Amino acid sequence: MRLKKTHWRAIKAIIFFVSLWPLAQLVIDGVNDGLGANPVETMHLTLGRWALRFLCLTLALTPLRRLSGQRWPLRFRRMMGLFAFFYASLHLLVFLWLDIEFSWHYFRQEVTETPYLLLGLATYCLLLPLALTSSVNMQKRLGRYWKTVHKLIYPAAVLALLHYFMLVKSDLRQPLIYAAVIFILLVTRIQPKRNA
Amino acid sequence: MSLFRLASIKNSEITPREIFQARRKIIKASLGFTAAAFLPTAANAEKKPFETVPVGPYSGDFPVTDYEDVTHYTNYYEFTTNKTGSTVLAQALKTKPWQVEVSGEVDKPGVYHLEDILKQNPLQERIYRFRCVEAWSMVVPWIGFPLADMLKAFKPTSRAKFVEFTTVYQPENMPGQRNKSLDWPYTEGLRIDEAMHPLSFIATGMYDDELPKQNGAPLRLVVPWKYGFKSIKAIVKIRFTETMPQTAWNKAAPDEYGFYANVNPNVPHPRWSQARERILGAGLFASKRDTEMFNGYAEYVAPLYKGMDLSKYI
Repeated sequence: MRLKKTHWRAIKAIIFFVSLWPLAQLVIDGVNDGLGANPVETMHLTLGRWALRFLCLTLALTPLRRLSGQRWPLRFRRMMGLFAFFYASLHLLVFLWLDIEFSWHYFRQEVTETPYLLLGLATYCLLLPLALTSSVNMQKRLGRYWKTVHKLIYPAAVLALLHYFMLVKSDLRQPLIYAAVIFILLVTRIQPKRNA
Repeated sequence: MSLFRLASIKNSEITPREIFQARRKIIKASLGFTAAAFLPTAANAEKKPFETVPVGPYSGDFPVTDYEDVTHYTNYYEFTTNKTGSTVLAQALKTKPWQVEVSGEVDKPGVYHLEDILKQNPLQERIYRFRCVEAWSMVVPWIGFPLADMLKAFKPTSRAKFVEFTTVYQPENMPGQRNKSLDWPYTEGLRIDEAMHPLSFIATGMYDDELPKQNGAPLRLVVPWKYGFKSIKAIVKIRFTETMPQTAWNKAAPDEYGFYANVNPNVPHPRWSQARERILGAGLFASKRDTEMFNGYAEYVAPLYKGMDLSKYI
């Protein structure tokens, strides 16, 4: 059985709204004073984790296409990638707004003394061109370069991981789980080349 | 029902004792009122055990952090690295009976029952700033007694140059101790002059009440001019030594956590800035606070470190 275009639209709409749920949850908790003793930290960790999760989902779709032999996973790649960028943008916004209050003085102070912030900013700089060139129009205009540009997601994933590892004090289990997932997703991309 | 509750709280606020006590105590009483509003009805009627404890010296006039925040945001890796998770998990800790083993360079070594230590040390309240190495801070009204008073009773010898403290090792009740996030049991240490300084405090309660388990019951250290991890919880051993003892975080990451761990906005942690701090409970849009040298206690403790390069002795 084949799904019609309208079906795919409906499925996409559902996934779109489900992907907004983490943000909705944050807003609900924020309004109800449910973000704990350190709400800014809660927002940072939640938004950062969701950015990383959507990055993992984006990276998972191409291997899923190969494994399943079906084309449908690719239909969601742009949306997942843009959600990773969306949550990364909110993550950065919380830093710029609530942490340094858009002050150049605090920006310099915190970034020079906090190396993982630099890694986070570098990650964002890699994601930004991907988001900007994500439209069908840009895809056409860039032609064969589009694929090359979008390989930036690999270094972005690695930098995001390093960013996470560097802020943990001693218990590395959480970032290690993400590292394992991203490692597997990147390794699956190498294998087909060898076979070819 | 609610009328009755209101009336009873007002009564407690105008008892002669409350009027007799200092302004801080009155602020404290109104604070108790807001905290009580969140507690179940049964708890409202109960009087807190340490309401009449006098305010001691060095107690600050700072706005106290909400009890709810202080009890639901703790670093207690013996249970979990999740700061709210420890509130639930810590309730499994066995704190009765409790003994403290005193050893090393002292004339009166031995195993002391907690009750005996408490009998010898009259309680007082100290409102102190608390600054975590993770760049957040709070203000806590501790109940306890000066560390020096307790230590002097053990009669340290002239060879006692340092004091080492050890947290209880109870892996059956402390799930975090079953993995190696740190080298258990947790240990901390102070130079003897730091330990004998009148600011150094042993807390057995807070907010006029017993010390909650997640906050270090039944006996914890409070050293307000140092990063929070120096203020070791659930102490079972005190050892006086001639040489500098090893400390848990220093063992885990020697280049990141030194023996001294004095609050210092000018020396960043290798991975993050210490220039400012997030105040717990200040709300989403509150600015961070500029961190003060020695957490604002420089006038009392700076002489302890005269001539020391504080960027080297972290």
